[in-house]
Amino acid sequence: MAGLVRRRARRQRVLRWVIVTVLSIVFLLPLVALLEFTTRGPGGTLTWDTWRELFDFQQLSETYPVLWTGMKASFWLVLLSVALTLVLLVPTVVWVRLRLPRLRRLVEFVCLLPLTIPAIVLVVGLAPVYAWVVYFVGGSSLTLTFAYTILALPFAYRAIDTGLSAIDVRTLAEAARSLGAGWATVMWRVVLPNIRSAVLSAAFLTVALVLGEFTIASLLNRDNVQVAINQLGKSSATISFAVSLAALVLAFVLLFLLSFAGGKRRRSRRERTTS
Amino acid sequence: MSRRRDLLGVVPFLVFVGIFLIIPTLVVAIGAFLDDQNRVTLDNVTALADGYIVQAFVRSIVLSAVTAVLGAVIGALLGYALVTARPDSVVRRVVTSACGVLAQFGGVTLAFAFMATIGLSGFVTLFLRDSLGIDIFAGGVWLYDLPGLVLVYTYFQIPLMVIVFLPALDGIRPQWREATESLGGSTWHYWRRVAGPLLAPAFIGSTLLLFANAFSAYATAAALVSQGSPIVPLQIRSALTSEVLLGRENLGKAMALGMVVVVAVVMALYATLQRRTSRWLD
Amino acid sequence: MTTTTAVSTGVAVRLENVSRRFGDLQALDGLDLDMSPGELVALLGPSGCGKTTALRILAGLEDADSGRILVGGKDIANVPVNRRDMGMVFQAYSLFPHLTAVENVEFGLRLRRQSAAARRRRARDMLDLVGIGTHADHYPQQLSGGQQQRVALARALAIQPQVLLLDEPLSALDAKVRIQLRDEIRRIQLEVGTTTLFVTHDQEEALALADRVGVMRAGRLEQIGSPEDIYRSPATGFVAEFVGLSNRFAGHVKDGGVEVLDTRLPLMNPGAVSSGPATALVRPESVEVTADPAGAGRVVAVSFLGPLSRVTVTLPDDTLVVAQVSSARLADLPPGTAVRVTLLPVPVVVSAA
Repeated sequence: MAGLVRRRARRQRVLRWVIVTVLSIVFLLPLVALLEFTTRGPGGTLTWDTWRELFDFQQLSETYPVLWTGMKASFWLVLLSVALTLVLLVPTVVWVRLRLPRLRRLVEFVCLLPLTIPAIVLVVGLAPVYAWVVYFVGGSSLTLTFAYTILALPFAYRAIDTGLSAIDVRTLAEAARSLGAGWATVMWRVVLPNIRSAVLSAAFLTVALVLGEFTIASLLNRDNVQVAINQLGKSSATISFAVSLAALVLAFVLLFLLSFAGGKRRRSRRERTTS
Repeated sequence: MSRRRDLLGVVPFLVFVGIFLIIPTLVVAIGAFLDDQNRVTLDNVTALADGYIVQAFVRSIVLSAVTAVLGAVIGALLGYALVTARPDSVVRRVVTSACGVLAQFGGVTLAFAFMATIGLSGFVTLFLRDSLGIDIFAGGVWLYDLPGLVLVYTYFQIPLMVIVFLPALDGIRPQWREATESLGGSTWHYWRRVAGPLLAPAFIGSTLLLFANAFSAYATAAALVSQGSPIVPLQIRSALTSEVLLGRENLGKAMALGMVVVVAVVMALYATLQRRTSRWLD
Repeated sequence: MTTTTAVSTGVAVRLENVSRRFGDLQALDGLDLDMSPGELVALLGPSGCGKTTALRILAGLEDADSGRILVGGKDIANVPVNRRDMGMVFQAYSLFPHLTAVENVEFGLRLRRQSAAARRRRARDMLDLVGIGTHADHYPQQLSGGQQQRVALARALAIQPQVLLLDEPLSALDAKVRIQLRDEIRRIQLEVGTTTLFVTHDQEEALALADRVGVMRAGRLEQIGSPEDIYRSPATGFVAEFVGLSNRFAGHVKDGGVEVLDTRLPLMNPGAVSSGPATALVRPESVEVTADPAGAGRVVAVSFLGPLSRVTVTLPDDTLVVAQVSSARLADLPPGTAVRVTLLPVPVVVSAA
């Protein structure tokens, strides 16, 4: 006997699967096309040459020096941007929560501001600032770290803020202080271990952002992987399509791993409220 | 005294954002009102009324509005389908991660993906032409122009909608549906009187966010559009890079300021609606 | 009372051999339940015993795998939830957050196409009935948990339901509010006379509120009867342990009685153990403690609970015994006092040791 409730649930399940399936196909199609394009051999055959080429770094750097430079720059930019974002943001946000709660609104406002300022606008204002950056530290592509840290602020701030909201930093810090810990110890041994997954989120989001960034690098005439593939796109479409797909997949893997870190945090909070 | 010492803790952060965020913003805001000799002028701002710039703004706004509405409707549907799955299910993790990537980190890749799909030698183009005899570019190659932008932008707007709308959908409690039904309401009543009104602010707010997102986007358009500068971000690029506009260096700043104004208004509305949503659905 | 509630006469409800399985879990296993018109029955049991499933099946929010559900003699298996005419109060958070208290109460009436004036009047009356008339224009998030549940009750009653279903409506509230609201639910239910099913895991709540209490275990009714029956003559060890606090004593069954602490007690369930070692379940009010320097027990803790208090005593074999004493006697029984423990010769439940 299939009851009314179950019949309706089944109808909803069917509807759900239809929506998810149709949209999945629509969304996968361009990515599949990208893959198909990079594996298209002469006369309609399938070939993985492009992908073999991509992972043979020696040959890659000789055949496509522009691409190689861009990839190297992006690699270092990822590391530097994550480092700068975390070093700048984590202590500040924790410190504001602990000692300067009145500044919290301000810091939040500043961190979310880049959402309101499109990258294309930021780059207009950054051009003169970067003239000074060149004057002091040189014109290396790695100076993009500064701009990318700004772009990462909203994402990183939200991740860290969520992490801090899940724990009572104040009480933790007071407890540690009452046991004789200094501020550095509080930060390093008490607060940080408790917001590890939030810090991880911030880092992953920054990585994904830096991997995909094009606007600022391109308009400040710096190199990164996106600028390189855009340049190569006209002459050697296949290899640049392959690199862009690889970057996208890498970003997806990072965010997918991230969803587990976030999930753990949510679950532990739920346990706390029900106990 | 200790308060003053406490303030030292936020100095590095404030100095950094001061240099790389606040100064650039001020450069744009002030530069829009200066000429090449740094004298105050309204020329740049009045130049925004020039035909081609007004057109670029109109196109940008239409493009953003159309893709925001399309993205919001389809994205909300997908979000609704997702939210009925368990929050820690694999389907949901995969879809939200994919949405995160496509919505925010696609840029050039998306342009490439669409070239590979419906470009002149794209996967779908060839399939339609060779197998079904349909030439999608019979009326001209539209992918590298505004219609193409609508298509590609919608492609990244839908995932963004899923991400920003999902929390609101998660806030809808099953008890509300059950309460509606036990009080005699049908599914229609539930949507019309309960879920609809509850989700409306979040839906409108998310649509606004999508608008701002499309309006700010640059990379996809830069990689896709080969000729001309139909939308504002591309106009700014040509103002920054071309030598033709000599003596109009600060025109780019005026256009940038125009963009900030549009985005700021939209985001302020978004924040207001977001507050209402969080009061109901947290 | 200023309200003019039309007293509905109430309707009989009958669940016949109802079963429901969720995957591996047999949530209901041939449940039979009869409710007389106007009666308030509480289903009591630990979580997972099927009590909520029973209520949701009656509401039409779940399907039964088999069995019949009769309301007023009619089988309602094919009546969808929104035509069943049952008022329901959920555990928490069921008020519509975008509507004020009075609009929430009006909601069901609006669906029934009552005129604006009539439904507003009725909604106000219902809010008065549940004692929250002054908060009519507040939004749910401006109300405390207890106030929200009052509004939810008013909303469920406003549609003059055939049956009122209360799904642990008090479990999310503070102890004090819980007791207050519990008493009011009883008052209101008596006033409107609606047949009511109340689901709870709190035995005190069930005993205080219900005409009859059904104790559930593993999808079946273990025992159903008046609160007094359930408390004084539990049919099984499970009921005795679940309802009210019980001390467990090792004893010996012989000749239809059980020997515990040198006292012979009559059996409440003679069939359970015919003879030999058994565990006897003894209520705290059947345990007497007397200060006695030669006594074998020692007071380890005292909890003051108002006019009556509880004293916890350890025996030489490390058994902990809880006794109920008049609070006036606490002065003689500070922790550490040596005491003698005796049992009143009232019938007890035994289970196999």
